[in-house]
Amino acid sequence: MDTVDSVFYSDHMGPSSNPLLDQLPSYQSLLYRRKPSATAGTKRRASSRTRVGSSSSWKWKVDRVDERPKVACPQRPVRELPKTMEEKRRDKEQRMEQARDLSSWEQWRQNARRSLRRLKEESLDLLSTLELWRGDIHVIEGMFGTGILSYFSFLRFLVLLNFVIFLLMFSFVMLPIIVAPHAGGNSTFNARDGGECSIYPSTSRRGLVVFHQYIADLLSGTGFLEGTYLFYGFYKVQAINYPRFTYNLPLAYVLVTIAYLFLSLIWIVKRSASGFKRKLVQDEDRFQSFCNKIFAGWDFCITNENAARLKRSSLLYELKTDLEEERTKQKIADRTRKDKCRIYVLRVVLNVFVIAVLATCFYSIYRATIFSQESQMRPTGNVILDLIYEYLPSIVITLANFITPLMFTMIIQYEDYSPAFEIRFTLMRCVFMRLASIGVLLFSLWSQITFCPGNNCSCGYNHKRYPCWESHVGQEMYKLMIFDFIIIGAVTVFVEFPRKLIVTYCDCGLAKCTIKYFIVFYIKKMTLMNNCRPATRPFRASSSNFFFLAVLLIGLALACVPVIVSIAEISCSQACGPFVNYTTSWEVVPQAVSQLPSGLSTFLFALASEPFAVTFFVITCLVMFYFIALAAAHKRVVDHLREQLVMEGKDKRFLIQKLLQAQRTSVRSPGGHSRSDRGSQSHSAAQNCSSTGGVYLVQPPVSATHV
Amino acid sequence: MGTTASQLPKEMLSEYQELTFLTKQEILLAHKRFMELLAKEDRSSRSTRVPMDKILTMPELKSNPFRKRICNVFSTSELKDGSLTFEDFLDLLSAFSDSATLEIKSHYAFRIFDFDDDGTLDSGDLENLVNCLTGETDDTRLTPEEMRQLISNILEESDIDKDGTVNLSEFQHVISRSPDFVSSFKIVL
Repeated sequence: MDTVDSVFYSDHMGPSSNPLLDQLPSYQSLLYRRKPSATAGTKRRASSRTRVGSSSSWKWKVDRVDERPKVACPQRPVRELPKTMEEKRRDKEQRMEQARDLSSWEQWRQNARRSLRRLKEESLDLLSTLELWRGDIHVIEGMFGTGILSYFSFLRFLVLLNFVIFLLMFSFVMLPIIVAPHAGGNSTFNARDGGECSIYPSTSRRGLVVFHQYIADLLSGTGFLEGTYLFYGFYKVQAINYPRFTYNLPLAYVLVTIAYLFLSLIWIVKRSASGFKRKLVQDEDRFQSFCNKIFAGWDFCITNENAARLKRSSLLYELKTDLEEERTKQKIADRTRKDKCRIYVLRVVLNVFVIAVLATCFYSIYRATIFSQESQMRPTGNVILDLIYEYLPSIVITLANFITPLMFTMIIQYEDYSPAFEIRFTLMRCVFMRLASIGVLLFSLWSQITFCPGNNCSCGYNHKRYPCWESHVGQEMYKLMIFDFIIIGAVTVFVEFPRKLIVTYCDCGLAKCTIKYFIVFYIKKMTLMNNCRPATRPFRASSSNFFFLAVLLIGLALACVPVIVSIAEISCSQACGPFVNYTTSWEVVPQAVSQLPSGLSTFLFALASEPFAVTFFVITCLVMFYFIALAAAHKRVVDHLREQLVMEGKDKRFLIQKLLQAQRTSVRSPGGHSRSDRGSQSHSAAQNCSSTGGVYLVQPPVSATHV
Repeated sequence: MGTTASQLPKEMLSEYQELTFLTKQEILLAHKRFMELLAKEDRSSRSTRVPMDKILTMPELKSNPFRKRICNVFSTSELKDGSLTFEDFLDLLSAFSDSATLEIKSHYAFRIFDFDDDGTLDSGDLENLVNCLTGETDDTRLTPEEMRQLISNILEESDIDKDGTVNLSEFQHVISRSPDFVSSFKIVL
């Protein structure tokens, strides 16, 4: 029983304390805070362990009653106890002592479990050393805290994701082609005499090639690069006949594409699920925002003096604005109608302005794309000028992405939103701008590809201009990526690095790391494959990586749209690529399915049929409704529990008052012990008195709330 | 650090591995760093204490506003001077390590934030805490009015039983719902 200590120590607590108060759960934390004394250190610690076992606060009263008989829960590893090393060691020895009483089988099992755990830890440790950039990320975390870290681990995740996608593509599409000559297989090339549609003039330059043309080709992805594994047009293989079987390359191409889209979706969702859950909980009780900032506000990882100063000032700023917000909420509530009108009108005007800016950007991207496409058809002969023409869309997009965020941050100041919403709204606008600009680029390319003079697209697209339009789109993406890479590299080298050097030349760790990471990351990305995800710039403000993943998810969804449309709708080019024999890429799948054994193929066709889709949809809806109902029920239970807690808190205080009164009378009565008498007999008396009090304290509130 | 006296015996190492959340490499690194703080002749003894001032010169703690509290909480010194033995130091690193449980972390966070060591966070503790976070100088401090408002907000959010202070279980409850705590309550050597 820990009551002995609580009585003993109550005198340190100042005049307001009372031995009975120590019995209360809320004062339990006092007990093990006391420094160990010579008389009764271990006992108290034993009881403190049971206290620590209950982390959720609505459980603690019950726990206190339930766990009291148990001195310790032996299942917990020693290191999970909040004690000093000496105590932990003693604890361990005690456990060993206890273990000696067990049968040899039990002993063996415990030993085996222990060594297995250690083996697991060590192997995990070994595995983690293999992790990409582990050391560098560790250094970053140590210097700049978790906010910056989340961005870099996000970058690492992107690289990994892209690498896995590349591996998929490589092993299922490129490898069969590469090994075919060595493994005794021969490839069947598409030989369809489709007339003019299948004419594919080679773009690689013949004869004497000037050196600067090589560079131009390298930068724009045309010429010799067009005929490499990088671009779609290269895969002009119908099937690869190995000695034993035939590899259907077009099918592999479609399936791998779908597979990696699914893979990235699942991976991203899995990564963001935990963040999303947390965010939901956070939104659930908005009222915890101050506690988060105060109790979890300091980033203990920060070791950089500068970063610490920044963190401090940002915390101060955040707190001030939050308090300000709290006060302005009141102000907003009693805004006059005239004020409201003025603000709304201003907001509408500014939003119209924003939309106008966006529209101008999109229109200029559209014009630039068309202009660049047209000028690519008739080269001027001047290499530099041609290159600039070719890069025009990329330049315009990068410029727009550079200028609009600046404008948005300026505009938002006049819109009079709350500070938190201001940041989120600006971010939303910027992200929209970035994603939509790529969408516009694709759209204008598409309109060019499907536009035929005289409205007779005999091949389903403008064959004359774009004999192999898939490669062409790939080239545009390639150019955009290269330009983005160059710009980021240039900004880092020419702007951020000198700035850092000027500000402080002792510590350029961040700049160095940034350069390194960006270069490594982008080189990797470049060599991997063309995907049209925009690069997210570091938004230092966001401490959780949920935001990055959400943006990535949106980006993925948007990237899926053109891919799906081009697979299912647009007729694929008939001069190049694996799908020469099909009108659309998707056709290859039904064809392959129909070649399967009849049972399997009917099953697969049934899966794709409408009745199945409808049933599936209905079932999904039902499951979803079930979960929505469940969530609502949980919410209600949480509300009830919260109410109950407040009630019990009230009960507790009431009972304390009653007990104090009762005690006062009992002390005054002749038989009672005086409090100042701290003899050994008084301990047992106080123990009796207060332990019954303790039981009472636990029991009545529970019954009271049932009424 | 080549002297035999400063080397960590193998059985000690495995024991520390069992008693803390640290990996072998981390313990060895911690040992190396700790020995650097000691004078050559003190390195042989296991229970040698390093005074708080010396500990605070470590870059990992230097810019931490709670550095003194951290030392005081993890110190087993009878004099309450915040001096650490190597084992105290390991305890510290273990609580701040990657793999420590939320419970351990929140327990020690509570003790660190409990400036007057009375077992609850009252308004005085909270005021100290906020001042530590924002900086101690006059121009970075919140005004008394703001401080009052902030503390009443915090208590409103976390003080579930409404007794005017935040006790450990309330604190752990609040912390368990705070997304950033586990990742930020960390010290990397």
